[in-house]
Amino acid sequence: MFRWLLGGKEPQGGAEKTRVLNIGEEQIQNPYTELTALKGHHDIVRFLVQVDDNRFASACDDGSVMVWDVQTGEVLFEFNGHTQKITAVAVFPASETYHMKAELILTASSDRTVIAWDCESGQQWQKASDFHSTVKTLLGVQSLDVWLSGGTELRVWNRNFNLLGETGFFSDGVIFKIGTTAAGLDKWDISQIKCLSGHQDIIRTVINVNELTFVSGCDAGELIVWDALDWSVKGSEKNFPYIYAQQDSPPENRFLPTQDEVSIQHLSSDGECIYVAVGRGIYVYNLHTKRVIAFQNNAHDSSIQHMANIPSRQLVSCSEDGSVRIWELRSKPQLQAESVPAGFFTMWGFGKSSKQSNQTVKKMNENGIVASLELIGDLIGHSSSVQMFLYFQDHGLVTCSADQLIILWKEGKRESRLRSLLLFQKLEQNGDLQPRYSLH
Amino acid sequence: MIGSPDLVAFTREEEDEPAMRVSPGLPEEYSVPLFPYSEAESSPWSRLSGAKFSRDFVLISEFSEQVGPQPLLTIPDDPRVRGTFDLNYFSLRIMSVDYQASFVGHPPGSSYPKLNFVEDSKVVLGDSKEGAFAYVHHLTLYDLEARGFVRPFCMAYISTDEEKIMQQFLELSGDFSKASDCLKTGNRKAFANELEKKLKDLDYTRSVLLTEMEEQQKTDEKGFYTTQAIEKANELANVEKSIIEHQDLLRQIQSYPYRNLKGEEYQPYVPESVQDKPDVCSSELAAASDQEENDDPEVFAPRSSYIPKFIKAKSSKCFDKKLKTLEELVDIYFFTQTIDLLTSIEKRYRGDVSYLLMGHLDRALLDQQTIVNFLFEDASTWDCKQVARQYSDNLLAAQTGVEAEILKPSTSLESYKSSVESVPIKIEQELFNDEQDPEVTELSASDNPANTECLDVDTKGSVSSGESIEVLQTEKSTLLIHSESQPCLGFNTSPQPPRRKAGSRRTISEDSIEVLSTCPSETVIPEDFRATYQIAINEEEAIVEDLDREQSSSEVDPFKNEEAENNLAMEPPCCIRSGSSEGQTGDLVPEQYDEGIVVSIPPQPCKNIVQDFGQVKFSIEHVENTSSEPISSPESSFLLSSKDAERNMLDEYSDSTSYRSSASTCSDRTPSPPPITTFTDRQKRKAGQNALMFIRQYPFSHPAIYSLLSGRTLVVLGEEEAFVKRLVTALSLFVPNYGHVAKPVKPWVTAPLHIMDFQKWKLIGLQRGVSSSGCNTLHSLNRYSRYASILDADNKTLRCPVYRGALMQRLADHRTQIRKGSTYYMHVQSMLTQLSAKAFLFTFCHHVHLPIQEKESEESIAQRRAAFLHQLLGLSQEDARIVEYLSELLKMHYLRESGTQLLPVLRFDYIPSFLYKI
Repeated sequence: MFRWLLGGKEPQGGAEKTRVLNIGEEQIQNPYTELTALKGHHDIVRFLVQVDDNRFASACDDGSVMVWDVQTGEVLFEFNGHTQKITAVAVFPASETYHMKAELILTASSDRTVIAWDCESGQQWQKASDFHSTVKTLLGVQSLDVWLSGGTELRVWNRNFNLLGETGFFSDGVIFKIGTTAAGLDKWDISQIKCLSGHQDIIRTVINVNELTFVSGCDAGELIVWDALDWSVKGSEKNFPYIYAQQDSPPENRFLPTQDEVSIQHLSSDGECIYVAVGRGIYVYNLHTKRVIAFQNNAHDSSIQHMANIPSRQLVSCSEDGSVRIWELRSKPQLQAESVPAGFFTMWGFGKSSKQSNQTVKKMNENGIVASLELIGDLIGHSSSVQMFLYFQDHGLVTCSADQLIILWKEGKRESRLRSLLLFQKLEQNGDLQPRYSLH
Repeated sequence: MIGSPDLVAFTREEEDEPAMRVSPGLPEEYSVPLFPYSEAESSPWSRLSGAKFSRDFVLISEFSEQVGPQPLLTIPDDPRVRGTFDLNYFSLRIMSVDYQASFVGHPPGSSYPKLNFVEDSKVVLGDSKEGAFAYVHHLTLYDLEARGFVRPFCMAYISTDEEKIMQQFLELSGDFSKASDCLKTGNRKAFANELEKKLKDLDYTRSVLLTEMEEQQKTDEKGFYTTQAIEKANELANVEKSIIEHQDLLRQIQSYPYRNLKGEEYQPYVPESVQDKPDVCSSELAAASDQEENDDPEVFAPRSSYIPKFIKAKSSKCFDKKLKTLEELVDIYFFTQTIDLLTSIEKRYRGDVSYLLMGHLDRALLDQQTIVNFLFEDASTWDCKQVARQYSDNLLAAQTGVEAEILKPSTSLESYKSSVESVPIKIEQELFNDEQDPEVTELSASDNPANTECLDVDTKGSVSSGESIEVLQTEKSTLLIHSESQPCLGFNTSPQPPRRKAGSRRTISEDSIEVLSTCPSETVIPEDFRATYQIAINEEEAIVEDLDREQSSSEVDPFKNEEAENNLAMEPPCCIRSGSSEGQTGDLVPEQYDEGIVVSIPPQPCKNIVQDFGQVKFSIEHVENTSSEPISSPESSFLLSSKDAERNMLDEYSDSTSYRSSASTCSDRTPSPPPITTFTDRQKRKAGQNALMFIRQYPFSHPAIYSLLSGRTLVVLGEEEAFVKRLVTALSLFVPNYGHVAKPVKPWVTAPLHIMDFQKWKLIGLQRGVSSSGCNTLHSLNRYSRYASILDADNKTLRCPVYRGALMQRLADHRTQIRKGSTYYMHVQSMLTQLSAKAFLFTFCHHVHLPIQEKESEESIAQRRAAFLHQLLGLSQEDARIVEYLSELLKMHYLRESGTQLLPVLRFDYIPSFLYKI
């Protein structure tokens, strides 16, 4: 009768459902105890980019882009130049070497235009519109003062929208996002573009781990680690859920995962490990041992949309299920698998799975699983798929969602402290402790 | 707050409560001394058994030149109030006080009678034998028929309590001065009208005499004067002298120094009164008619038939004629306002003196608590201006009934001719009654007064335009209608809330502009009557600069055109009180209407414009002025706010007004029980009663209240709306406010909750649906369960964090001895005040939040903070959380007030919840 009260998610996958991690209501380590929902957009908010320490931009499916102040929640600018949904957003940072004071926001849209917006004046800076296809990705390279657009063709532009170079068409199965990866290298040159083939399917995501390595993941669930200097494959890993999920799942659940469940949704890295979001699960791949060292194969209820490492060795992931989860990688004490702390009400639901993980651990040790990815908190606020999030060192998390909201998640204690400081500042300004008399 | 009056009950010895007598542990100095009176029936309230009346009242009496001192009316107009008290005798007493009566006569060196503008005199006198003490306010009114043109009146506030009158003397004096000014203004107006009429009569008489003489001269061809002719000539000379005298009087009355009109409690709007226009038009009429004595008591009767009369040389004897009544002496608009004022005065002062003093103390203390009092105090105490506004709102609502009662006999409605045209108007007004109130009040709620005005006016206009159209169709003299409905407005608006007052002023001015611009056939104003309009001009001189400002602003006003189109935009005031007064309005309009056909209006618009702009100013000043007024019903909007919390606070006020006004229209036939106090008392009692019930019935009331106080949204889930709403009402007592807006309470929601709802509301009544959408509701509730405590009203369960503190035990003891809702309400208020005091300390203690030494770590400050909460304030973990939450609210409120932009935030904790069952 009070099933709905128990904090469990609505059943979606039948018996498999119970294996989704649920932390419950007691989240001691979750610092985000204050939120502000910002309503400005009128459609799915798909992208967020950080402009500087205090500002971020959000891009919406209705073609609008807004620049917000992360502290006050104010809308600073609203850019309405695109007629169709935004497909890519990038920030072209201000650079002193090139006499550019203001940040530019580059936005690409399905209307086959790319517009650069000036973040100081709020005006449109430049516009390019002669694309053959929708630009799917944008990247600004500050060191070279160029930016790249990638669609079916790759183009290189300078700040003033002069086309510097263009490549031909890419086909599926090759890394058409190579530009975005290789751009991290200082010696990038248009001539260095190489087509790397090795994947069997569409490549979803590419990240740059360090100067020498980058990683790509494809829809078929294949992860390839590349050497950035000689473009050679340094390692690869396949079929994450296939290998690991089946080992610990009950026999009745052994079925071949669908493509949705194996495709690599997102990658992130802290330099040492690569965090791979595969379907609903998260896998940690160690670059040195070239093995998966930890995993959560049901990290979310549905596909993970975005994932990023934040300082303090935490990982944040957001998913189509509308939740944002914070993870921490902990090395496992041998044979003492203390699973995720469960809340009061999820005790019964989790008891089973913790037994499982105990068994799992033994197996895993043989498989090289030496760490665990622990859920330390989840943020529930959005009523629909969380598309993306941003982390601000001083302001917490910003999430955007298909429910048209942007939510600022802040650390309640810090905010309270800041307000106190502000309060005493104001008191000082106003002269004494009874300024209300003059404030009517 | 429990004041000494509440303790009085304990001073009585009663048989059934022997425990009261033996108060063992209490030291002598703290115990309440027993009431000394031994008689069983004596109430501690009645100090003097000698008094023959039971409660205070206001008496107006006159020193009549014919019959001597006589009481005219009492407020409240209820014979039970004065009991066996001899009003006649007391009138004699108070009127016999040496009073420097104004003398009007022929001062030496002047051939014309001269009016004295005499200051009122204020005295306190007592009759210890009668047990009556009175504040007596003497004033004189002008009457053309009276000896020396003056008639002395006095208003007295009569009480058994001498101390009260002495202590409240200044306040009483101020209030009565306002009433007196109002009365005198109306009197001057009526007097001027009377003079004008008399002048017209004289003028007509002169012309008749002239024609007669000419005829005589024609018949007497020989050309020598007969005695008859000489008589006629003498008569003519007399008439001419009289004309000059009267013109001089008129000039004098018009030059009355309007020095202190600002900030008065009544609306100094001088309507283009009932008397004025007929006179003007009558000049055009110039119809001969039978002669009769002018200045008959028909001043307020329909003057459609008023035609200059022939004045016989000999006026009737002083004692033959009937003196005008007070109502006739004073312009009806002002008269009703005065009565309103006096009624409010009576209401304000009628309680025991300790109540009055406690009220003063309360307000003074609350004033000092401005930083914290927004949390739990009632909305009305947040802002003095708002209070004043609300107060007058209450006044308005409460007095509609009373006023109507008083008016009815005086205006002699029966004498009004009701014309055919009056019928539709009347009906319209009745209709407006119901539909317009909410609209108007809602619109008047915006924070920006100017904006409000516009909106307000706009609505009024649009709604009431129906009426003007109605009239337009029946008669082509629309101009007349505009101007003539103004008195009707004035008549109705007396104790309007200032805000709305301003709005309606504006409306009128727009209206008159409209009249000006569309007036197609203006007739030239006869020079003789120019004087009439100088009254207004004189009045306005002091405020010309405001006028300009107002005018310009009104020109910018985007709604102006619309307003102008809606001619009869002054409708809403009528509506507000039309429940009781529509009879009069309905009758007034046609009454003027009859003659309107022939009226030439031209001068009026000018006058009105000037005046009205001036009065906008007045009303603004009024707002500021009344801020210091005592508030009789500060709690009134408490529950309303919870009822309709999605509106902002101002909405609230108007909301409550409309509610109350409708209530008062229902009960307006019984003016004796004061509508305001009973209403708010009842509300308070009800809120307290509901809360008491909740505490007694639900063993988990503590965690529920803890949830509310610690800022965790409480969702009351249930199928039945009324039941859920009752629970919400009970619990809303404990919801802290965010700031100067309504309580964050949403009594009834049927849609699934969203994260924004939790950010906005702290107490939500949610429908448990049975439909598919209902499932949705629960799903979203489940999803967001970490942000809310859920009280299932149907299954009597509560799911919320555990509470282990000590505070709730005192705040909500289910074994409490408190039986009465209002007492419990006060108990809660005092507990919460205590809590806010702690929050205040916590928030503003410097060292708790800031480092003492340089480079002190954040942890050590946090430790100090915890120590402060736990050791110094003696709070447990949960209670500390409450204080922390209140402190956050305080901080945010303060920062917002000082101009910092802050986002509304939802604060929450990751705390496990428990399920409580009955």
